[in-house]
Amino acid sequence: MKEQLPALIVIVPLLIALLSPLVAYFSTRLLRGLGLTAAAVSFVSAVGALGHALTKGPWHYYFGNWAPPWGIEYVIDPLSGLMAVLVSFLSLVVLIYTDSFLREEGWLKQGIHYALYLLLTAGLLGMTVTGDVFNLYVFLEISSLSAYGLIASGGYKATVSAFRYVLVGTVGASFYLLGVGYLYAITGSLNMADLTVRLQPLLDSQAVLIAMVLILVGMGIKMALFPLHGWLPDAYTYSPPAAIPFIAGVMTKVMAYVLLRYFFFIFGVLNGFVPLVLEVVGWIAALGIILASVMAIAQSDFRRMLAFSSVAQVGYIGLGLSLGNMFGFIGAVFHIINHAIMKCCLFLVAGGVKWKTGEHLIEKYAEMSRRMPLTMGAFLLGAFSMVGIPPTAGFFSKWYLILGAIEKDLWIYVVVIILSSLLNAIYFFRVIEQAYLKKAPVAEREKFVEDKKPELPATMLVPIVVLGACILVVGILNEPLVSNILLMAFPGGGL
Amino acid sequence: MSMEFLLAYRPLWAILISLVAAALIMLTGDKRPNLRETWTIVAAVGKMLIVFSMLPLVLAGGVIEIEPFKIARGVSLHLRADAAGMVFAVLASFLWVVTSFYSIGYMRKLQEEHQTGYFACFAVCLSATMGIAFAANLLTFFVFYEILTIATYPLVVHHRDQESIKAGRKYLAYTLIAGQLFLVGILWVQFLVGHGDFQPGGFLAGKASVGALQTIFLLMTLGTAVKAGVMPVHGWLPSAMVAPTPVSALLHAVAVVKAGAFGIVRIVGYVFGPQLLAQLGVAQILAWFAAFTIIVSSLIAMAQDNLKKRLAFSTIGQLSYVVLGAALLTPLGIMGGIFHIVAHAVMKITLFFCAGAIFATTQLTRVSELNGIGREMPYTMGAFTVGAVGITGLPFIVGFISKWNLALGSLQGGQGVYVGVLLLSSLLSAAYFLPIVYAAFFKKSEPQVAKHHCGEANKMMLIPLLITAAVSIVLGVFPNAGGGLYDLAAMSAQSIVSGQFMVGGW
Repeated sequence: MKEQLPALIVIVPLLIALLSPLVAYFSTRLLRGLGLTAAAVSFVSAVGALGHALTKGPWHYYFGNWAPPWGIEYVIDPLSGLMAVLVSFLSLVVLIYTDSFLREEGWLKQGIHYALYLLLTAGLLGMTVTGDVFNLYVFLEISSLSAYGLIASGGYKATVSAFRYVLVGTVGASFYLLGVGYLYAITGSLNMADLTVRLQPLLDSQAVLIAMVLILVGMGIKMALFPLHGWLPDAYTYSPPAAIPFIAGVMTKVMAYVLLRYFFFIFGVLNGFVPLVLEVVGWIAALGIILASVMAIAQSDFRRMLAFSSVAQVGYIGLGLSLGNMFGFIGAVFHIINHAIMKCCLFLVAGGVKWKTGEHLIEKYAEMSRRMPLTMGAFLLGAFSMVGIPPTAGFFSKWYLILGAIEKDLWIYVVVIILSSLLNAIYFFRVIEQAYLKKAPVAEREKFVEDKKPELPATMLVPIVVLGACILVVGILNEPLVSNILLMAFPGGGL
Repeated sequence: MSMEFLLAYRPLWAILISLVAAALIMLTGDKRPNLRETWTIVAAVGKMLIVFSMLPLVLAGGVIEIEPFKIARGVSLHLRADAAGMVFAVLASFLWVVTSFYSIGYMRKLQEEHQTGYFACFAVCLSATMGIAFAANLLTFFVFYEILTIATYPLVVHHRDQESIKAGRKYLAYTLIAGQLFLVGILWVQFLVGHGDFQPGGFLAGKASVGALQTIFLLMTLGTAVKAGVMPVHGWLPSAMVAPTPVSALLHAVAVVKAGAFGIVRIVGYVFGPQLLAQLGVAQILAWFAAFTIIVSSLIAMAQDNLKKRLAFSTIGQLSYVVLGAALLTPLGIMGGIFHIVAHAVMKITLFFCAGAIFATTQLTRVSELNGIGREMPYTMGAFTVGAVGITGLPFIVGFISKWNLALGSLQGGQGVYVGVLLLSSLLSAAYFLPIVYAAFFKKSEPQVAKHHCGEANKMMLIPLLITAAVSIVLGVFPNAGGGLYDLAAMSAQSIVSGQFMVGGW
């Protein structure tokens, strides 16, 4: 069994996804058990594979024993292993959380939700572990299609925003596919390791530049890199609370991972046109950070505020990518991890509040700190992390990103990151003021003062609290993570 | 856990004890206030004992140093109880004990809401303060510095009304922006040197161009000067006076603002070092700003009718004594500056305690309403008088000692003009404090005061303020009494200017 771990990561959720509607017909409880088991197996396999990659070096797994570059290989190196752990962990956590939202639904809806959710998980995990650029496209489509479905299940407005996402997302995927086509035409290979070798003498060619730009734009759309983020705010705002924490937390991060994979590993950050392309990425990322933060300030819906904040935060990752140095890489990957955790946590909080009070508007958050003390505690940690208050995780992403920017003498990025922290402070403290300082209207207060029920069911509260704690733990223990995993992941790694 | 381990990690325990207390306070909640307050008292006394237990070793020239774990790539969470840090830690931990009792008296007398959050945040603030005192590198310092910023916010907005929310926003705007500037400076140093470990006499000499070093100094001092209330970035401090008085007393006269002043001492003495700063010529500018602040804040203080506001502007001026002392770059100046952290703390906390006692007993907040209050509350106003004349620099009260050293420090550096500033400041502070004392004891009682016949404040408030007043006098006569803080200040100044001549101190 042990030697099949890389395959298990993807296959288990994929299989269970296919069975889900059928199982749901017989027993929704069984479905829930199976779903959780699938996510848990993924998680455990990912942890095992990562451990293997860290102790014994990258793990190349040949699918069906077909040797690359002809066959498809899965590669678990420290970076992809880490991403797989992150994705499967959050998938599991959010799946635990979803039950309260689904319990009232019929078996069919539950079955479809589980199917789509597990497909999404499998797709994203596949994207992280595959070592083949076309296989990556397949998984990209699997994850995207299931995400469209999940978002669309949130009701009327969600359907419209999901449709928009379908159109834009398909364009993005097509761009990516075109880029892969160019690479294939140039090198005759689809295997990442093989591409790396074959591309080296060709990196000055215009064709490679075009491939680069196509992949960048395709993934840029998918990760909502400014100004390609148009689909995201609506999609995040209207999608059902059972799915959005996972989509918001992980999906854009996996796309960012793909870009890191291409630019740091396949192309190499110092070669040919790459520095030029990265410089452009840096500028638009910087612009996106500021503009999206300003937009976030203007929102009155908590989820929408988080959505714009996501666009800004993806900019951080773009910035780290564009720096192209070690600290930039560490900053980008570290930010992928902690933004995934904190954004997921914040959307779980938003869902929790919705579940309890039916409200999404920030102005309705008055006295939420008394109604839902633990939930709001997790929210505080998430907010502090977004602002970058030490010792939460967000502070340390900024620490590494700014170090990278100073090393490259790019002071404008330092200014951008600082400014963004302050803008974050404005929109998060607005919510904090509302939740902790403002008094609720008397009528509402009577309602919740008498309410003796716990703030949320345990299946919702535990994921929220666990992720809140993760924000703190990842922050305080960032050094072991950086030194033992991220530096190993850095190309030429292990300093 | 062996005994050695426990002893070696005392700086960490000093930080953690009140963090644990904060958690216990939150868990206990409003339902059992006596148990809740017990946690505060236990943590305060425990923290003081832990800190004082390290004194003999540090006074003998030793340090207690630990690096529990790494907090970022290549940077440890590094704690070191050295002479300068101990001055701040001893001071803050002692005053927290006093303030805790006072807080309980004050909050219960006024039946304030949200007391659980209040006491929990207070405990977190003191954890952060210990962290700042013991931080041995820039990142560790910054981590606790930011925690302090955040943990103080709920205390500023304690009353949850429009005014306090506005004050809270202002407070955050100032301190968060300052923190970010500080962070850039820290990261720049990290990039240049590869570490940020404090060393007496500094470690930046020759590491970068003059322009870069000057910019770093500017960023770092701006970052700390905001908390230290140096003009023109002092604006948050008077607004923050909407907080309950014990908060103003311990945090806005001691812990938070002194964290800023202490930060400047660390930057001047332990990051740049007097020699380098003399070459860069930037300390001079800092000294000008400090001198400006000392004079102007006193002038503004005179115009304030709200007693707490007047105290706040007085604080702004007095904090700049510390900044000035550091910026003088002379041994006695630095020593006077460090000791003024102590001197001002005990005097100003007395004054705030008095203001709070008057408010809690009579609801009076304005200076113009205090005629004849001294006859109602003789002990309170007696203590107030001690604090007030201490601030003006009367000998045999602790303020005199730091001023004396600061004045000598100016002369040492051949900058006699600052002696003039100090003298003028003394006169001005006499001008804004003594009328209060005069009115309280000798003017005819205002009808409100006479009507109340309130008598003294309750004992929970009265005894703490008498203690701090007594401490001001004791330290004025025996500056080494209790904790040997004067020697510690001298030791840290000595280490900063290593080898330079130290003579003529008090």
